[in-house]
Amino acid sequence: MPTTFRLNGQTATLDADPSMPLLWALREVAGLHGTKFGCGMAMCGACTVHLDGQAVRSCVMPLSAVEGRDITTIEGLHSKQAKAVQAAWVELQVPQCGYCQSGQVMSATALLEKNAAPTDADIDSAMSGNICRCATYQRIRAAIHSAAQSLKV
Amino acid sequence: MTHKPVRSSLPTRRDFLKTAGTASVVALTIGFEWAATGRRAVAAVTPPGATFTPNAFLRIGSDNRVTVIAKHLEMGQGTYTGIATIVAEELDADWTTVSVESAPADAKRYANLVFGTLQGTGGSSAMANSWAQLRDAGAKARAMLLSAAAKDWHVPVAELTTDKGMVYHAAGKRQATYGSLVKTALSLPVPDNVVLKDPKNFKLIGARPPRVDAAAKTDGSAQFTLDFVLPGMLVALLKRPPLFGATVKSFDATAAAAVPGVVKVVQVPGGIAVVAKGFWAAKLGRDALKIEWDDSKAEKRSSSALMAEYRRLADQPALSARKVGDAHKAIGDATRRVSASYEFPYLAHAPMEPLDAVVKLDASSCEIWAGDQFQTIDQANAAHTAGLDPKQVSIHTLYAGGSFGRRANTISDYIVEAVSIAKAFGADGTPIKLQWTREDDIHGGLYRPMYFHKLEAGLNAQGELTGWHHVIVGQSIIADTIFAAGIKDGIDSTSVEGAANIAYAIPNIAVDLSTTKTGVPVLWWRVVGSSHTTFAVEAFIDEAAHVAGVDGFTFRRKLLEHEPRMKAVLELAAEKAGWNAGPLPPGRGRGIAVAEAFKTFVAQVAEVTVDRDGNVKVDRVVCAVDCGTPINPDIITAQMEGGIGFGLGAVMHSAITLKDGRVEQGNFNNYRVLRMNEMPKIEVHIVPSTAPPTGVGEPGVAPIGPAVANAIFAATGKRVHALPFGKVGVA
Repeated sequence: MPTTFRLNGQTATLDADPSMPLLWALREVAGLHGTKFGCGMAMCGACTVHLDGQAVRSCVMPLSAVEGRDITTIEGLHSKQAKAVQAAWVELQVPQCGYCQSGQVMSATALLEKNAAPTDADIDSAMSGNICRCATYQRIRAAIHSAAQSLKV
Repeated sequence: MTHKPVRSSLPTRRDFLKTAGTASVVALTIGFEWAATGRRAVAAVTPPGATFTPNAFLRIGSDNRVTVIAKHLEMGQGTYTGIATIVAEELDADWTTVSVESAPADAKRYANLVFGTLQGTGGSSAMANSWAQLRDAGAKARAMLLSAAAKDWHVPVAELTTDKGMVYHAAGKRQATYGSLVKTALSLPVPDNVVLKDPKNFKLIGARPPRVDAAAKTDGSAQFTLDFVLPGMLVALLKRPPLFGATVKSFDATAAAAVPGVVKVVQVPGGIAVVAKGFWAAKLGRDALKIEWDDSKAEKRSSSALMAEYRRLADQPALSARKVGDAHKAIGDATRRVSASYEFPYLAHAPMEPLDAVVKLDASSCEIWAGDQFQTIDQANAAHTAGLDPKQVSIHTLYAGGSFGRRANTISDYIVEAVSIAKAFGADGTPIKLQWTREDDIHGGLYRPMYFHKLEAGLNAQGELTGWHHVIVGQSIIADTIFAAGIKDGIDSTSVEGAANIAYAIPNIAVDLSTTKTGVPVLWWRVVGSSHTTFAVEAFIDEAAHVAGVDGFTFRRKLLEHEPRMKAVLELAAEKAGWNAGPLPPGRGRGIAVAEAFKTFVAQVAEVTVDRDGNVKVDRVVCAVDCGTPINPDIITAQMEGGIGFGLGAVMHSAITLKDGRVEQGNFNNYRVLRMNEMPKIEVHIVPSTAPPTGVGEPGVAPIGPAVANAIFAATGKRVHALPFGKVGVA
């Protein structure tokens, strides 16, 4: 049964098992590979996408749940907050292996879209669901502050 | 200070590969042939339209693009950037034109010179073994471009200079891009010798050129094996036995085969594989499998029972890994004695990208795409599994989403599984991606071994250490592998490194090893032996310092008078951390630890806060590192930061435990790792050095555990004797 929703600003109809997690529908049906598989149980955040602007874990969200909703993946990030986050990520050389970073960028962007000046505690709260085994956390924290700063100007 | 020109003196076999690439791009390639089988003729021209075969380290296009060919896996440690930096430095390339691609599996050209004849990445050896090789490659290419300009312009080479991808002739007011010189350079011989740059003229080495992979790893475009797709590719999930050593007795695939999208269910030596049109169908199919296992030969012991056995073994005779003087007598005669034991659990590597590999197998060839870490070994194991010659197996190395040692295993577990599935599927050329889930990863074995350490030391009336006895009990990583020849007199050096070579000047030392056997497969894990030996040595030396009534820094420094590099990092970390700035407020403490791993020296000072419930928060870590010539200080800093975070998660939270042989953890909910809210503030200080570079991927992991444990003692008076420590003082 096909599911229709907004995907990165365009209407998308994916013909797949409605119980299939959104992650796999995005990757294997829509062909968008930026969103990663890390745990399959919403424990690591590698699969983070935006559902109506909220950071959610696509690995546990059935495709059927996004019918009529608005999904943004790393490929569809265009907000000024997103651009500031990505610029800061490169500026501060955040990624190591890079596998978790799509999810980190999605969570960081969702944070800045709601909170223009997050504190360290806000960052801990928004980002602790995103595991980085390379432990790039210090640079992620600095990059979020840097992105927030750049948006003020 | 004057610099003596370094003459590059690499092996004599050289090939100059002259390659006209596709369409308009003419490429200059420098290659080295290591085999001692005589000068090899290498195809001079790649036919138009053909894929260029990267059989060298460097390619320069007529479009000015510089492509560096990396023989090492990029798994986060920054090796692509480091490799490119070395080449680009000697080449005088414009960094913005430099890109990196991975080398094919070809041990003749791309062996890790530290490993000998094997191509592979590990032991923090990429920079160390590439340093001379790639400086030579870059310098020779530059020399040829200079000669080309001299020939084109009819001027002496000595009048020419280079900078950022350009050759200049100041007197003649002429300049040329490297790309424009490629055609002439192709006709020139490769020089036998070349003068390398004086390090004081380095422009990129020691600077912070940005990572070549940062942008693609920020916008989601970097391609991992998870993202690699071929037309008609199927996805396989493998159901493995629930106990190590169990095998399939019988299975019923009826329900699995009925799942929409499932194409075939096949039995392979590792279990039952469901091959489907996508991950989800394969997963549902695997969930529907009914399998009866034969666990008659399986490991059924619990890890608690194994540890009890290890404790008992620590009091039994063991093999000597190091003996200086008479430690027993010295401890017996000592004025004061101190003893302690330390317990270390099995650890999973848990790289963010669950293991995966794409295999395309037919009757005469096997093509593999993976974040491959041991190309030569994987090539051989894949060939053996497929019934092919290693030459028929090609490997495309993609970015790996972490490894921490996991992908560097001598049984090539996930590669062999993928090939065996493709074979059982029919070896008909259908591309198949084997995908592990996180549970497969956590249950999958090849753990950092569990260890028990027991230490005893004696001090004289002056508080000086007179005797040191260290017993290590645990499994060997290299026993029964192709590296088993490395076991000398029963001692696996990876079990005792960091302990047998203890740097402290103690007159009587005995380090003993009791090697155990269990059915749990084990493997090296980031920083290998030092992941446990450094904890034991550095936590115990702290206990000895306390008995001597001396602070941990002063006690260590005195014992390191003859270890100048180790002493220097210790002093630098202590100074930057304000070790002598006075005590921290109640509930807080400072701890120090130092280690040498893979010839890199690292010291760390940790500051912790322990609340009344025993919760530990690591507030700050100051790290000093001496890794020889710092190639890229920003990557060195990143590797120290990451190593500290990785090690901290393990000592605080991570353990694989077995109950009646069954692994009790399955995902990040119960195999806990460090998260953002637990990351301390980290400062990294790099010791200036002109010594040859050594690695940074692993050594930063070693000291963090004991530095934190010693800080906990300073804060609470409680010692950590078992990992992970979780809460302090809570049984």
